[in-house]
Amino acid sequence: MSAKEMTGAQILVEGLKAAGVEVMFGYPGGSVIPIFDVLYEEKSIKFVLTRHEQGAGHAADGYARATGKPGCVIATSGPGATNLITAIANAYMDSVPMVAITGQVKTMLIGNDAFQEADVTGITRPITKHNYLVKDVNDLARVVKEAFHIASTGRPGPVVIDLPVDVTQQKTRLPKKVEIDLPGYKPTYEGHPQQVQRAAELINKAERPVLYVGGGVIISEASEEVFEIATKAHIPVTTTLMGLGAFPEEHPLSLQMLGMHGTVYANYAVTNCDLLIAVGARFDDRVTGKLDAFAPNAKVVHIDIDPSAISKNVHVDMPIVGDCKKVLKELKEHIKPNEREAWVRTVAEWKEKYPLSYPQDGKLHPQMVVEKLHEVTGGDAIIVTDVGQNQMWAAQFYRYSKPRTFISSGGLGTMGYGFPAAIGAQVGMPDRKVALVSGDGSIQMNIQELATAHRLDLPIVIVLLNNGYLGMVRQWQELFFARRYSHTTLEANPDFVKLVEAYGAKGMRVDRAGDVEQALREAFDARTLTLIDFVVEPEANVFPMVPSGEAIDRMIGGMA
Amino acid sequence: MRRQVLACRVENHSGVLTHITGLFASRGFNIDSLSVGETDNPRFSRVTIVCRGDERILEQIRKQLGKLIDVIKVINLSEMESVERELMLVRVNVGPSKRAEVMEIAEVFRAKVVDVGAKELMIEISGKRAKVDAFIDLMRPYGIKEMARTGEVALARGPKPSAAGG
Ligand SMILES: Cc1cc2nc3c(=O)[nH]c(=O)nc-3n(C[C@H](O)[C@H](O)[C@H](O)COP(=O)(O)OP(=O)(O)OC[C@H]3O[C@@H](n4cnc5c(N)ncnc54)[C@H](O)[C@@H]3O)c2cc1C
Ligand SMILES: Cc1ncc(C[n+]2csc(CCOP(=O)(O)OP(=O)(O)O)c2C)c(N)n1
Repeated sequence: MSAKEMTGAQILVEGLKAAGVEVMFGYPGGSVIPIFDVLYEEKSIKFVLTRHEQGAGHAADGYARATGKPGCVIATSGPGATNLITAIANAYMDSVPMVAITGQVKTMLIGNDAFQEADVTGITRPITKHNYLVKDVNDLARVVKEAFHIASTGRPGPVVIDLPVDVTQQKTRLPKKVEIDLPGYKPTYEGHPQQVQRAAELINKAERPVLYVGGGVIISEASEEVFEIATKAHIPVTTTLMGLGAFPEEHPLSLQMLGMHGTVYANYAVTNCDLLIAVGARFDDRVTGKLDAFAPNAKVVHIDIDPSAISKNVHVDMPIVGDCKKVLKELKEHIKPNEREAWVRTVAEWKEKYPLSYPQDGKLHPQMVVEKLHEVTGGDAIIVTDVGQNQMWAAQFYRYSKPRTFISSGGLGTMGYGFPAAIGAQVGMPDRKVALVSGDGSIQMNIQELATAHRLDLPIVIVLLNNGYLGMVRQWQELFFARRYSHTTLEANPDFVKLVEAYGAKGMRVDRAGDVEQALREAFDARTLTLIDFVVEPEANVFPMVPSGEAIDRMIGGMA
Repeated sequence: MRRQVLACRVENHSGVLTHITGLFASRGFNIDSLSVGETDNPRFSRVTIVCRGDERILEQIRKQLGKLIDVIKVINLSEMESVERELMLVRVNVGPSKRAEVMEIAEVFRAKVVDVGAKELMIEISGKRAKVDAFIDLMRPYGIKEMARTGEVALARGPKPSAAGG
């Protein structure tokens, strides 16, 4: 062996490069200084220093969702690592490929309550796809390669590499060939041919089928296949929050989002269908509502790469374990063209009768801001959201037509996700328009990242729907707790315009409906970090809404 | 509620058991017993898990175990002909007057007396869980001082090894 000796830190960085890492997000500290020392001279990895580790984690997540490549984040031991936890859990719930590197105390100090020690592999076990504590520098190259492989294949997810500082300083020779060794990891990509055939027969026989399309279609880049099947056999398509963009929402067959805040027509179609074709969707309780009233008369076909997602919540008649894209390609061949006139007409009538709506009274309604955002961007921006009403309005009133244009924390519902995720998305897609739709509560959970975005001169447009409340919680209090607004009023909000100006960015305030469009145009034209503080109707609600635990066709609002 | 015996072939390194027990804890699955031992290949260990739940839970347990990267294979032994055995050591309060009586019962169960004290006997018994349970019931009137059960280990019968081995 003639390879030269390298330190653990060098081996790590070489491994990252070999895995195709171009951008890394993170924050330094004692136990990772040796790694940062290597990064100091590393030209091929762009390093984004955030102002909080949570911001770094969500930025890596947003980067991954916008680009499809795994995100990479690094933090120091102890508090650095624990600050990453929410971001890791968030990526886990939404199946986002991410590798998180955490510093750890020296190997011999592990377990001693050493300074800045935290049991990171213990803490992250239930929120990672896999995790490693590397105690031998000779394992490191393989571990890095495996981590990226695991994170980005099968059902993607976060992988943690916990790296004691002494391991990063030890030297070893890099083997000529680094090979992964994972006998226990073999995702299934090809659907079982007979099952696919049987699913096609069910589809061909169905009179009232619905395609229920989720985040798995975005992940496997199968929207084209969904489109071909839907249009060939005239099957209406509804997507989950995570599936937005997988099917063009302006297409007549689109029912847009289903579930708790889905459209009336999507929920009606699902309730009345005789065949539900679930593709890369996991029957989340926000989607199904009361389980025994969900698609009560339908047979269910379920295509998912994760066998444990199938029959977890609802009984599945035709399970197909495999990759959406591969399975749909195969399925398409067996599907017969069908006009399904009656069903398509019924669905069109529902769409006509129960459109999404909000009061047309000239006031500044948040829904209208989102509609204008769609208009001004031509539907061509990457929309990142925070959590709450702002998220639901962004889902309902923008019309998504392409995958990876809607980025939102679905499974964990993390307030504060949006802004750092928008930073990650813009870093990964520098030529795309990126807009963040946020609330005055959420934005303050990671507001410190204004410095990060400004420093990188990212032209993100922050659409702040400022209602002075923790709106989504207030809405529940209004509807189900007799308007007792217990601690949901955001008094003493900062002056957001001055605040962003303090960071060196551009701020605007809009409090009239007539000024919305102009302000948005100005913001996008400015090509610089801009926040627009939209002072919206304070007690606007998200409708329709299925009360928690109810059947999804029992919606409040939107049935006028 | 049904009982299910699973044999898993897993990587033999630290952290694997935490992944398995943590999975049961965080998803609220019930474990009756869990036993771990080496296989003929030192790289792998064999974990035998006895768990219970309704059909849906048992299926989730198998699928979730299968998802763990360090778990190479999960075999559902409840679905096949298999031999299940458990080992127990028990210390029973027995003075000289009852010694013969207890040793006779042990004999019937093919249990072995492994230690004799002035006021106690230590007995080793192995077999199916039901047999071990029955033996405990018979020992109870004498007074059980202490006992240790291994939890079941199991192997499939038949010509082919159940691949969870080594
Ligand atoms: C305030 C709030 C309100 C919400 N309201 C709604 C609502 O009204 N409607 C709604 O839909 N959601 C809503 N959500 C989101 C909801 O909580 C879930 O996150 C979402 O419904 C899950 O989407 P999904 O089923 O597409 O699954 P995802 O979480 O996107 O999971 C993807 C699925 O695809 C599978 N998969 C991954 N890769 C592949 C592949 N290559 N091939 C095949 N399968 C693959 C995975 O195994 C998984 O089962 C809300 C969230 C919040 C915070
Ligand atoms: C970290 C975190 N804490 C609490 C919640 C619970 N929660 C969900 S929505 C919401 C209100 C969000 O308020 P805001 O960001 O102002 O958005 P709005 O609903 O008003 O649009 C809260 C508190 C959460 N989702 N995440």
